[in-house]
Amino acid sequence: MPAISFQSVSKTYVTDRGPFQALDGVRFDIEPGEFFGLLGPNGAGKTTLISILAGLSKATAGAVTVHGFDVNTQAAQARRQLGVVPQELVFDPFFNVRETLRFQSGYFGVAHNDDWIDELLHSLGLADKAHHNMRQLSGGMKRRVLVAQALVHKPPVIVLDEPTAGVDVELRQTLWQFIAKLNKQGHTVLLTTHYLEEAEALCSRIAMLKQGKVVALDSTSELLKAASSTVLRFKLDAELPAALAAKARVTGRIVQLPANDALEIERYLAAVREAGLVAEDIEIRKADLEDVFIDVMSAHPDEVRA
Amino acid sequence: MTGWTALFYKEVMRFWKVGFQTVAAPVLTAVLYLLIFGHVLEDRVQVYRGVSYTAFLIPGLVMMSVLQNAFANSSSSLVQSKIMGNLVFLLLTPLSHWNWFLAYTLSAMVRGLAVGLGVLLATSLFVWQSSVLHVSLLPAYPLWALVFAACGAAMLGCLGLIAGLWADKFDQMAAFQNFVIMPMTFLSGVFYSIHSLPSFWQSVSHLNPFFYMIDGFRYGFFGQSDVSPWLSLGLVLTCLSLVSGVALHLLRTGYKIRG
Repeated sequence: MPAISFQSVSKTYVTDRGPFQALDGVRFDIEPGEFFGLLGPNGAGKTTLISILAGLSKATAGAVTVHGFDVNTQAAQARRQLGVVPQELVFDPFFNVRETLRFQSGYFGVAHNDDWIDELLHSLGLADKAHHNMRQLSGGMKRRVLVAQALVHKPPVIVLDEPTAGVDVELRQTLWQFIAKLNKQGHTVLLTTHYLEEAEALCSRIAMLKQGKVVALDSTSELLKAASSTVLRFKLDAELPAALAAKARVTGRIVQLPANDALEIERYLAAVREAGLVAEDIEIRKADLEDVFIDVMSAHPDEVRA
Repeated sequence: MTGWTALFYKEVMRFWKVGFQTVAAPVLTAVLYLLIFGHVLEDRVQVYRGVSYTAFLIPGLVMMSVLQNAFANSSSSLVQSKIMGNLVFLLLTPLSHWNWFLAYTLSAMVRGLAVGLGVLLATSLFVWQSSVLHVSLLPAYPLWALVFAACGAAMLGCLGLIAGLWADKFDQMAAFQNFVIMPMTFLSGVFYSIHSLPSFWQSVSHLNPFFYMIDGFRYGFFGQSDVSPWLSLGLVLTCLSLVSGVALHLLRTGYKIRG
């Protein structure tokens, strides 16, 4: 039985400008113990999909199950399986960290949970903050409490919706070590993130969403293999010739172009020379997930890579 | 504590942590009402035979405080959690709509009754100290008083739940409080007996459910009331079940909280 099963999930919002389809027939399964990445640009439907999974929102059509429990008709059982870390940095200003965690345990029906709460506080570097009011904590510390709150009832499935957005390096490392440990212990993890290097390093399988549809679904290694084998990277002080710009990933002065062989690399460099420009710091590297992502997102919407 | 009792306890702690604002302040407000109205009207108004105006006023003020604070508790907690976004922590849990209903309504009752008791003690102390009273303020029928206080608190707690679910902003909540709750409490006979009103306004008052809560509560103190306490109890219980039904329905369907 899959840990999570999305069965042709669609969601249409009624807006002032008419209906807006946020999700269109999304279907895939996540197996127990997987570390699964859900990627896509802003507005692709990632958070909508997670909201439906968590029972915060209802699907217009289709069904979602968690360990076989329907999130709609068996909501209580489904929610017990899930630990969700919301994207927004929200907190209850009336209570301190320990109180917040005790209440959250209580809502899930877990009594006398202080041993596990202590372990969570310790693992997330919150031990000395247990008696601080939530308002006194920095953004990063609040984020850690959100993670602790999601795990307080020891859920088998952990859902992290962009947990590292605006988070410093130290917390990112603490967080990923901890989540990776939980994954090794058998917890299923579903992660959405904009940091593709994180997804590449952590996730064994990935789905990419675009405009509410799954446009790629495969193991991380297969997705990387399918991408062009190499990338040409150089620095340029001027604007890129139009013929190259369409294919390139440009970050400030850095230009990166997918290339399948040496001939293609030579053609790119020739085009730069012909435009009267000088490419500096030329490098050739292996393609990464970001190249795959850009490739998939620029492809025709009906083309599915699986 | 687990399940709905955990949420109930959280809701009680939420107002208790700011008790100065949620309990002490409304007690002071009620004492000021007593000070001013009691002082001005004591020698001019007599409502029931053998009951001074100040004595008449006190149960009205107690009940008004119970009702307003029960409403304030559930409504402000919900609207604040919605605006702050921390309602998500509850939405993610397996708590059922009945769990939410019990926790929010009972915690609202605790706040309402705590403030009511505070008002009763403070006003009694004030009255005893200035010795203007010739009648005891001990309720003649404590059970009647308690039943009406509890039903009134429950009903306003439910109304607060409904208003909290409905309102998206603090100003909508303030509008609900100022244009619905305040007029209904003030026009319910807190400060007067409706027998002193022109007949048209007497009939209007009979349509106000708050009137029956206050009249029934006052019966518990003096054994005298504008209408029979049984009639009041019947109407209050009917309103309470209606309002509870609406609140439960909104919670079950996730009105404005599950998209």
